[in-house]
Order: sequence, then structure tokens, then C-alpha cells
Amino acid sequence: MLSYPTVRTSLIFLAIALVGLLFADIAITANNPWRDLGNFFLGVLTPNFFSSEGLLTALLRTVAFAFVGVTVGGVCGFFLALVYRFLPVRVFCAFIRAIHELFWALIFLQFFGFHPLTGVLAIAIPYSGIFAKVYSEILEEADPEPGRLLPPGTGTIAAFLYTKIPDCWVQLITYTAYRLECGLRSSAILGFVGLPTLGFYLETSFSQGMYSDAGAMLILFYVLIATIPLWVRPKLLPVYIVGAPFFLGDGLPIVWGNVERFFTEDIVPSPLRDGEGLAGLLPWLNELMVEQALPGIWNTVILTQIALVATGILTLLLFPLISNHFGGPIRRTSGHVFLVIARSTPEYILAYILLQLWGPSMLPAVVALALHNGGIIGHLIGRQTNTIRLRSDAPKGLNRYGWELVPRVYRSFLAFLFYRWEIIMRETAILGILGIYTLGFYVDSAIQSIRFDQAMVLILITAMLNIGVDILGRYIRRKLALQTMPTC
Amino acid sequence: MAGFDLSGLTASFGGERVIGPLTLKVKEGDQVALVGKSGAGKSTLIRLIHQRVDGQSSLVPQELGLVNALPVFHNVFMGQLDKHATWYNTVTLVRPFKQDRKQVLELLDALRMSEKLWIPTASLSGGQRQRVAIARALYRNAPVLLADEPISALDGPMAHHVMKLLRDRFTTSVIALHDVEMAMKYCNRIVGIQNGQIALDEPTDQLAAADIMSLY
Repeated sequence: MLSYPTVRTSLIFLAIALVGLLFADIAITANNPWRDLGNFFLGVLTPNFFSSEGLLTALLRTVAFAFVGVTVGGVCGFFLALVYRFLPVRVFCAFIRAIHELFWALIFLQFFGFHPLTGVLAIAIPYSGIFAKVYSEILEEADPEPGRLLPPGTGTIAAFLYTKIPDCWVQLITYTAYRLECGLRSSAILGFVGLPTLGFYLETSFSQGMYSDAGAMLILFYVLIATIPLWVRPKLLPVYIVGAPFFLGDGLPIVWGNVERFFTEDIVPSPLRDGEGLAGLLPWLNELMVEQALPGIWNTVILTQIALVATGILTLLLFPLISNHFGGPIRRTSGHVFLVIARSTPEYILAYILLQLWGPSMLPAVVALALHNGGIIGHLIGRQTNTIRLRSDAPKGLNRYGWELVPRVYRSFLAFLFYRWEIIMRETAILGILGIYTLGFYVDSAIQSIRFDQAMVLILITAMLNIGVDILGRYIRRKLALQTMPTC
Repeated sequence: MAGFDLSGLTASFGGERVIGPLTLKVKEGDQVALVGKSGAGKSTLIRLIHQRVDGQSSLVPQELGLVNALPVFHNVFMGQLDKHATWYNTVTLVRPFKQDRKQVLELLDALRMSEKLWIPTASLSGGQRQRVAIARALYRNAPVLLADEPISALDGPMAHHVMKLLRDRFTTSVIALHDVEMAMKYCNRIVGIQNGQIALDEPTDQLAAADIMSLY
């Protein structure tokens, strides 16, 4: 077994996570976590849809921000995809997508305030970077032969429209629709920094102990995501896209003076601002690194590695739930429902709920990340096992799982896991806003105490860390010859 | 430019020479059949000629090169994208103009598949797809036809019909064929390829089928 590179890689990552556990802060600190959890589930079972009209407004805003953000991101991403072969464009895209939507929101909040533009840009900017990458990959896959057969003198645009677009059309649409689902999740969690979407509603209900209101919100959110195929129709799309900007709400007007001050004063490192010059910059950077960046990086990396392995283990446990090779229709249906809930709930919301119930530590974050990501990969792997045809005298039960299925899907399992490594790290950093000491915690604290210069440096460091892990993940996937399609 | 005179034609795959070096001169009015065993280098030679004449030819490659998601009309229309402005081509993508519809329809009629005008090529049979690629080459109307096994997926009568059409529409052509009888019937010059070299080059009327069979 050890001679397989995939097994060796898995064991190395398992060992890293186990060592990480020694340093991680894993605990349940709440006085009565199980009673709170019980109350919460009771709230989900007795949802209150009518406590206030705020719920419907929040739902409407969530959809509106998602549509506008994804549309703008999609259009910009498409044009970036056309010039994606140039290195500066690739670096730029890698950079803007390495910064989480919530960080973008936190930045824009400082100078645009609670204006709809903040929410739209927070989604549109990182999504442009992601769209650019995936669109360019899809366009590259197009059959080059028809293009070669065109008469010489054919215009570039005509050639592109006739030979590239039709060949990729279905894939472009499928991916964009998939991203819209991600956009709904992103839009929902923007509420946690104060935008008028579902996250805001959830936080309000939770902090007042109104679990039935929170339950109603979660159920509506699942219904919204599960019914996407019903209400997102090609014919209706133009209506949504044109209409969505009118439902973003008014927010507060932009004070342009703030915008100017942000760029010319707030984000300038304080030693430069105070005229200490470069001599003051070095100690300032040093202090920032030692007191905030390094502890933040350390915790982010540890939490990421534990969450990655937890995701992997949970995936291997979850995929049989929806696999045709095990159990009857009842178990598969309930398995599907469970996996849909796990992957539709943004990890940020899961972490928020668990953190409220169990008290602050890394544990809620690990469980949230593992549930969400395990739900996504488990669903994909489970579906993949359904295409496998076993011989009729194949073993049953645990033997079938261990001897027939896991070896067949293990490579694509690893491919998805390493693809999501960077996503897990991006999320880990952002969960710091909830009070876990990852990079997001230090970013949020810096912003709360109006040290925007430090916040910007910390966000830059977070972006670099994400880009680094992305490169490493891609290196490992190439080394192990693993291929995958994008997931969000 | 209807004929061409190409020398030093060579091609290698993975360091191994598959074609040439060889010289091929084709005069206007030459309707050349390329014959030879499969793997002899016929397809490679067709590609080489296509490159060397700078695309000034109507090409029907073996893999057809259709855009599967587009209807038959647009696949054929692609043969003349260079003749129109970008805006015209873009509008045509959404709503073709009447005169183009008429022209393409006439071509498809000649190929006996006019009823397929708006069907995406992905849902056509192999023979129908082949005829779409031929229609595109006809619509392109270049001075030279280069075709690689253009009738491999067509049944007997249709194969004869298409070969006759190609002979009548293109005065100059180079067609790779594995069917010797077809080659003798519709081409006026036979070029035999063996191990990447020209092993035979004669006018059809000075050859018997047996002369060609020695290549196989």
C-alpha cells in the first residue's frame, strides 16, 4: 500500500493534521452546549415564517445581490478570460480571487459604507477572478479544428463567435449557473458584516435567542437553493438581471470624502503618514508580523490542515449514503437530503451557529468546514460511484466499500480534496471574524480599531498564503496526475 | 492560383519521418486521387498541401471539423466568413439573411439533405455530417479542393453522387481515396503514396486497376 504515491501523500497529510491537533485549541467551552443545540434544532423544527416582514426582504436582497454580483463578475470575468494567456492578467486574477468576499466587503464598507455598491463589488471582484480562470480553461478546451478550416481573412471576432462560443456554450452556461448558486451563499453571508441579506437576519435572530426565526431563515434558504432549476430559467434570466439592481435597497449614500481619505490617508502605513519615513516602517512591519501576522498564519495553517483531513475522512464516510451500491431508497433519499443541507449551508453560517452553541474554539470551525466541504465532495464522489458497474458476484457491505469502491474513486477524491484545499484555507482565514484566532480575526480587529493600514497588510498576507496553497495544491495534483473540474 | 508546385514536402512525427521529402506539381484541371495503404501518409500530405497553399483551398479533413453545437446552415456558412463584415456575421449567427439561406439551401439540396438546414450537426448521422463538411467546402468555393476520404461514410449511390458533384464543381482537386474504383472513375490523375514517397504518378487513362493494387 505504501508504494502508492496517493496513499503516501494521504498519510503525510494525516500526520500533519494529527500533529496540528496537539497545538490546536479544540474545546467546547459553552456551559450547556447540548441544551443549546437541542433548542436550535427545536427552532428548525418549529420555524416561524411570520415573525416579521424582515425575512422576506432579506431573502429578496440576498437574491438581488447574488444576481447583480454574479452578472457583473461574469461579464468582467469573460473579458479577462480572453486575455488570460498574458501573465499579468493571470497574476491579477489570482490575486483578486485569493481575497474572500467578506474581506472585500470589509474593505469597501470602510469607504462606501452601507451602500449597495459595497455588496455588489464584494461578490463581483473575486468572482471575476474565478470566472476568468474557469472560462479561459473552458474556451481552451474547444475543438481547434473548425477554427483552422476557416478561410484566411476571417475576422477574429467572427471566428471566435462561430468556432469557440458554440462549442463551449453549454459548459459556460452550466458553470455560470453553478456559480450563481455559490453567489447566493456569498450574498447570504455578506449579512454578517451588516449588509441587508440573510446573514444579518440570522445573526439578529440568533443573538436574541429566537431560534424559530433563525430556523425559518435556514429552511427558506435551502428551498431557495434547491429550487434554482425551477425559478432560474433561460427565458427569465434577462428579467432577473435587469430587475435585480432595483431590489438592492438604498443603503446609505456614498460620502466621496471618505473614499478619498481611505486611499490617501487611512491605508498609508502609519509611520509614513506620520512622517517617520522608511526608518519607522521597518519596526512597524516587524511588530505587525510578530504580533499579528505570524500567529494568524500559524493558526490559519493548523486549522486548514485539520479541516482538510477532517473533510477527507467525512467525505469517505458520507459518500456511501447516496451510492447505489449500498442501502435502499429510503436511506439514499435521506442521504441526499443530508448532503444537500450540508453543502448548501455556507461554512460561515455553520461555523457561526456551532460557535454560538459550543463557545469559541477551533472545534466549531473544523466541524463546519468538514461538513460543508465533505457534503460537496461526498455528493460528487457518491454520484461517481453510481456510474461504476460491479461484477454480479462482487462482495457486499464493508468489503464492497473497501475493496471495490474506495480504490476506484480514491484518485478523484484526492483531486477534489486538493482542489478545495485553497478554498478551505480562504474560508479558515475568514472564520477569524467569528473570533477564532486565524488571520481574519486580526484583520477584523485592526479594522474595528481603525488601523486600516495594518488591515490591508494582513489581507495582502492572507492573499499570498492562499495563492501559495493554490500553487502547492496544483503541484501535488499534477505530481499525482489528478484531474478535476472546478467546484466552489 | 489554381495549380501549385510544391517541393520539399516533409513531415515527421516523434522524430520519425512519415512523408517526403517529395515534390508535387498540380496543374489547373488536374483532378488528383491520392491512393495508398492506410498509414501511408495521405492525410499528412493533404494537411501539408493545405498549409503550403496558405489556406487557399477548400479542405474536407477526415475529422470534418464541424462545430457540433451549431446548425447545418452555420457550419456551411462558415466557409465564407471572410467575405462579410463582422457585424454581418454576428447578425447571421442569430438570424441569417435571406440570400445566404437560399444559397446554402441550394447546396444542401444538391447534397440531398435540404431538410436538415436547421438541425445541429451533433444530432446528424456520420454520412450526413460528412456531407455538411463537403457543403462547407463547396460554399467556400476555393480554386482547389483538398479532401481526405470525403466519401468514407456514404453509401454507394450517394458516394457516386458526391464524387460527381466534386468533379463538376472543382476543376482542380487532390482527393485521398482508398476506393480504387472511385479514384479511376472520378479523377484524371492517380498519385500513389508508399512509405511517405510518391510510388506512382500517372494519368488515369494510362492505368489499369491492377497497376494500383501493387501499392497495397
